[in-house]
Amino acid sequence: MSAPARHLYVHLPFCAHRCGYCDFVTATGRDHLHGAYVDALLRELREEHDGSSLDTIFLGGGTPTYTALPELLRLLRALPSARELTVEANPETVTPELARELRGAGVDRVSLGAQTFQPHLLRVLERQAAPTDVRRAFAHLRDAGFDNLSLDLIYGIPGQTPADLAADLAHAIALGPEHISAYELEAKPGTRFTVAHGVELERQAEQMEDYFERVVAVLTEAGYRWYETANFCRKGKRAEHNLGYWLGHDYLGIGVGAVSTLGQERRRNTPKLARYVEGHYDREIELLDDETRARERVLLGLRLDEPLALGDLRSALDVEGLARAEQLGLAVDRGETLTLTRRGRFLGGAVTAEILA
Amino acid sequence: MDQARIRNFSIIAHIDHGKSTLADRILELTEAVSAREMREQVLDTMELERERGITIKAQAVRVTWKGHELNLIDTPGHVDFTYEVSRSLQACEGALLVVDAAQGIEAQTLANAYLAIENGLEIVPVANKIDLPAADPDGTAVEVAELLGDDPAHVLRISAKTGDGVADVLDAIVERVPPPEGDPDAPARALVFDSSYDQYRGVVAFVRVVDGTFSTREGLRTMATDTRFDAEELGVFSPAMAPVEQLAAGEVGYVVTGLKDVSRLRVGDTLTTVRRPAEEAVPGYKDVKPMVFAGLFPTDSDDYPELRDALERLKLNDAALLYEPETSQALGFGFRCGFLGLLHMEIVRERLEREFDLDLLVTAPNVAYRVMKKNGGWIEVHNPAGFPREIEEVEEPYVAASIIVPKEHVGAVMELNNDRRGTFGKLEYLSPERVHLTYELPLAEIVLDYYDQLKSRTRGYASFDYDLAGFKPGHLVRVDVLVGGEPVDALSLIVHRDFAYDRGRLLVDKLREEIPRQMFDIAIQAAVGSRVIARETVKAKRKDVLAKCYGGDISRKRKLLEKQKAGKKRMKQVGAVEVPQEAFLAVLNIGQGQRS
Repeated sequence: MSAPARHLYVHLPFCAHRCGYCDFVTATGRDHLHGAYVDALLRELREEHDGSSLDTIFLGGGTPTYTALPELLRLLRALPSARELTVEANPETVTPELARELRGAGVDRVSLGAQTFQPHLLRVLERQAAPTDVRRAFAHLRDAGFDNLSLDLIYGIPGQTPADLAADLAHAIALGPEHISAYELEAKPGTRFTVAHGVELERQAEQMEDYFERVVAVLTEAGYRWYETANFCRKGKRAEHNLGYWLGHDYLGIGVGAVSTLGQERRRNTPKLARYVEGHYDREIELLDDETRARERVLLGLRLDEPLALGDLRSALDVEGLARAEQLGLAVDRGETLTLTRRGRFLGGAVTAEILA
Repeated sequence: MDQARIRNFSIIAHIDHGKSTLADRILELTEAVSAREMREQVLDTMELERERGITIKAQAVRVTWKGHELNLIDTPGHVDFTYEVSRSLQACEGALLVVDAAQGIEAQTLANAYLAIENGLEIVPVANKIDLPAADPDGTAVEVAELLGDDPAHVLRISAKTGDGVADVLDAIVERVPPPEGDPDAPARALVFDSSYDQYRGVVAFVRVVDGTFSTREGLRTMATDTRFDAEELGVFSPAMAPVEQLAAGEVGYVVTGLKDVSRLRVGDTLTTVRRPAEEAVPGYKDVKPMVFAGLFPTDSDDYPELRDALERLKLNDAALLYEPETSQALGFGFRCGFLGLLHMEIVRERLEREFDLDLLVTAPNVAYRVMKKNGGWIEVHNPAGFPREIEEVEEPYVAASIIVPKEHVGAVMELNNDRRGTFGKLEYLSPERVHLTYELPLAEIVLDYYDQLKSRTRGYASFDYDLAGFKPGHLVRVDVLVGGEPVDALSLIVHRDFAYDRGRLLVDKLREEIPRQMFDIAIQAAVGSRVIARETVKAKRKDVLAKCYGGDISRKRKLLEKQKAGKKRMKQVGAVEVPQEAFLAVLNIGQGQRS
């Protein structure tokens, strides 16, 4: 048995509305289940964790802050202590009261799903918030004493012009968050969103090709560190919980559809809310041998700006592919460590496929 | 059997004009085959022949009719096999010229009829399919009689389908076709007009005895290639193989040789005995050389050994098929194969795919070139990749083409032939409606999509035949395709100088569409020597990342990358560039015209 996980993920699936592009496990119209769900979470936590303190805890969703406040607070107070406790929030749910209560319950980091500041693009994404909600939420959180806030942005939205993107980045920077996540919109096949906007996205693909470069250029210019493929931070403010994933650490995930990776086992709880609330986990289990874990450490580690310590990872590398990547100026192998160059990071997926055995 | 009672004949007909049906009726009528045994078209044995309606391997059947021994020697019916046809005809004294009364004479019939006349055969003209509503037996009779300088009344009118008039055909063979006139006492000589390979008994030669007598277990030798063997068994086809002790002058039959290699017993060679050898061989032997070449590569490189075994097995029965290992950096391990012509190539390819279940990549076919190098000395080149860059002179094979077409399509045919570097020969009217055109054309111009073009420009009415007509100098250049600066050997081609730019442009444009963007700019060029004649660029990707990756989706992201990696491995590597197999396929397809 490996050492117990130092990272805990808690999934809160409830949302006011399911956005078209979202592919997380979410639940709408089930507000009567908030209490029972928190009961189930606490039961699973008791079964899986001895209550000792942790490095990080992350409450993700869904919309965690959509959960009835007393239930959310009951959950927060029952969690073990941790050096970082993050809660995801949608701007429209953040009230001065919520901000205060979260802070009071030990939350020290909030990740705010802004996505964009353009009303017409928020509509395309089916987001509930208005641009002003983001600024207001930000102010409430600051007032409550939060000094570690993260803002999520999405780019590559159907109809988004380069000027729209520049404006979003400027708005985000103006708010001064400690951390920014910027994701390219993924139109996953078969989703309602892709059906509605796939053709438009295809048409815009060429125009949007340099959006990633623009995002990195503007944010680094503003003093943010591009420390992970899609993440930027002020000095010392990396997302510690997520860093755990990228460094290949074990983690415990509880809640409906939550994934844990513990030693040689990765498991996923049932995505069915009713089953979970009744105390069934129906876990889907994937066995990970050492080789697979090593490959994952490479593919995750190469997302970071810091050198990947190779140590025992050599066997997970394709020697010829690595040589090609180096020759093309995309990667640097220093023997002990492996780093992607700036251009290599823009092509991170393809370079990783090249380098991985 | 007394030679005076032997008649050796073959049937000349265009595809679908009823040769096989007539052969079947003859077998039924002479009771060589009982109705129960009768499968339709007994003579065509291979599945493929059946489907395509083409006879590939000649065979011979002995039947009796009114006290006479009749040997029907089947001939292959396509241009690629002209030499084999000529050998089969040489084994006969007469030929039935079968013409579809609803279609009239076709180019192929004409070519083979001329071949028969040149061989001194007595032609018995037959207008077939008179039962069809569209049949014009009188018009056809006039057309045929005109061709032969004969009386239209001599043209038999039959329906092989209903059997009407078939007995008259047999009577006419006995009456009109002369008996063989070999010397029964001279040293034994026999013409090998075909052979086949039997996995237990080795090569079986199909022969026409010209002089003397052959006996079982006698020591034999071939006069051109000096191959020696014992006659393990002699026999005749009736139509099943029936052993006999002796085969005498004038007779047609088979010899079981025990040879394991069909190339040691060539069609057209002469058999004689070791004990009392003949002085002179039967004239007309030629060492047939393949004229059309293409690279055959397994789609899955693991199938290379299967492809090698399959070619080996086909070769057992097909002396004209040549193959040698070829390595292409783009397509991997395969074979450079030589064929008599396009149909031969198609047949081999289809048999490999169908009988041996292989998936193949076939490069654009090219012809054999004779090249004089800068430092002197002629070499023969079968592969564009082997075409020297520094050359003094090039010669390419030409064909004498014969085209029969309704007169309203003459203009279209002339235009096509001009586009294909043809030289006009002559134009003659076969009938008020139908015109016979002759042209000299480079073989290279017809190996692409000539036949399809001819058919489509004449709404299917043209018929076409060709015969090789030697080598002539040509302004030919080698066009190389370079991807990322590296030449792609499989895509090189040899074209006339005037066509180099268009072909190069076409290849480059197609490749640009087919090669996915990669981590660097890729130049795609077509070049003649060091001169680039067309260029396109596949721009480097500017981003290729998995947008986000957290605890819940690591497995999925890992699998995505593994899939991407597997996709890379399936690609063919040209220098640093990864080219999907489909790209080669698409380009090879334009190289072959839009052949269906």
